[in-house]
Amino acid sequence: MLSQFIHDPIYLAAAQALVAGGLALVMMVIAAWQGIRLEKEIVIALLRGLVQVVAVGSVLLLIFDGPTALGFLILAGMMLLAAKTAEKRAGDLPGAFRVSFWGILIGAGSVIILMTLAGVIDTKLTALIPIGSMIVANSMNSVGLALDRFEGEIKAHIGHIETALALGADPKTSVRPYTQAAIKASLIPRIDSLRSLGIVWIPGVMTGMLLGGSQPVEAALYQFVIMAMILTISGLASLVSALLMVGQIFTPADQLALGRREE
Amino acid sequence: MDSNPKLRTENLTRVVGEKVIVAGVNLTVQAGEVMMVVGPSGSGKSSLLRLINRLDEPTAGRVYLDGRDYRELPPLALRRRVGMMMQMAYLFPGTVADNIRFGPRQRGVELPDEEIERLLSRVGLAGFGGRDVARLSGGEAQRVALARVLANEPEVILLNEPTSALDQEAKDAVEDLLQEIIREEGLTCIWVTHDLHQAARMADRVGLMEKGKLIRIGAPEEMIDA
Repeated sequence: MLSQFIHDPIYLAAAQALVAGGLALVMMVIAAWQGIRLEKEIVIALLRGLVQVVAVGSVLLLIFDGPTALGFLILAGMMLLAAKTAEKRAGDLPGAFRVSFWGILIGAGSVIILMTLAGVIDTKLTALIPIGSMIVANSMNSVGLALDRFEGEIKAHIGHIETALALGADPKTSVRPYTQAAIKASLIPRIDSLRSLGIVWIPGVMTGMLLGGSQPVEAALYQFVIMAMILTISGLASLVSALLMVGQIFTPADQLALGRREE
Repeated sequence: MDSNPKLRTENLTRVVGEKVIVAGVNLTVQAGEVMMVVGPSGSGKSSLLRLINRLDEPTAGRVYLDGRDYRELPPLALRRRVGMMMQMAYLFPGTVADNIRFGPRQRGVELPDEEIERLLSRVGLAGFGGRDVARLSGGEAQRVALARVLANEPEVILLNEPTSALDQEAKDAVEDLLQEIIREEGLTCIWVTHDLHQAARMADRVGLMEKGKLIRIGAPEEMIDA
């Protein structure tokens, strides 16, 4: 309907953003009426999201024809920021930034490079950056989920872990059930997404391709590629970060250095 | 007294931040001796055991096992020789037999079924090997925890209030069992308790801790009278 009145695509997109933001504000008012006070968070999140995404769009416009190396550099910067975000989910776990960064770098980085070499991801920055960022964001979520669960499991099982150590188990063995639980917890949302793909939801990439005029089957297959990549990077990222974290929570003398209050 | 004690601590100290948890403890335990350590809650008894098992690192001082500084031993090897039983059983999910196999498996030894049964008979739980640990009573769980420690064939056993979470009947039974096994196996034992009467019943010697310090050591009757 808006397109009948606004013909310039930029103004049209801005008007659509205004409508979408307005709807979120209506939701906020309804929530406030029900006593859920989230006005500040919602307004800040909306403004921040808008500014950030427009900034990225503007950067993409400027570097439209830039070299592939620039794309990788930007993705590396995104990985650092993603590690900073994942760190916040790690609670008291020591060295969480470094562990998150390695998890994201190995998980997302290896898949981005392999898929770029295989030609699945176009080396043009307009493809590399958005798809790469999606991969980075998903690995960030997986690492955050894995570390959050790992911390909870460790704190809930200190007695069992120290019993295993006292029986002569090495640190890795003593926390194995909890490392496995953390990795599993981080993968369940990805497996569910893949399982319901096409039946419950049609995700962004496919939607975008369909709107852009691609063949539905081509769009569907490309979406599957993306989802399979996300599952892979999620598994790799959470596996690497959880395993690295095991090394962080024990001292060189194989003592658990987390979560116990001494008398 | 044997001049070559099984276990000796020298000025053993642990400080966390500003807080002195264990303060310069000097303790000598002979092979086959049962040393009971008593003291009020927060006196550092459990922390002392954790230092001896090297679950915590001493801030200062040393521990000698058979005359050798325990830091010369890999921590995992030390913990196999110096077994520890906690206040709670902390059994791992699975069967009783899975739990008993755990320790030996860490050094690549797979206990045969007959050995599991022998250990279970030893703690009065013959035929319990296939039972799910979730279905055990508190007393049975502590017996399994004891069998699990014994499966590692320790030379020293550290007992951290192993009967304090049990009801009176189970407590008496586990206490009798521990005494019988420690004596028969000739284990060197440091047993922490807050129950002075239990200490008097079980000990060769009793040590009293207060505010992280070992303030007295003596024969059980001397300590009871004091």
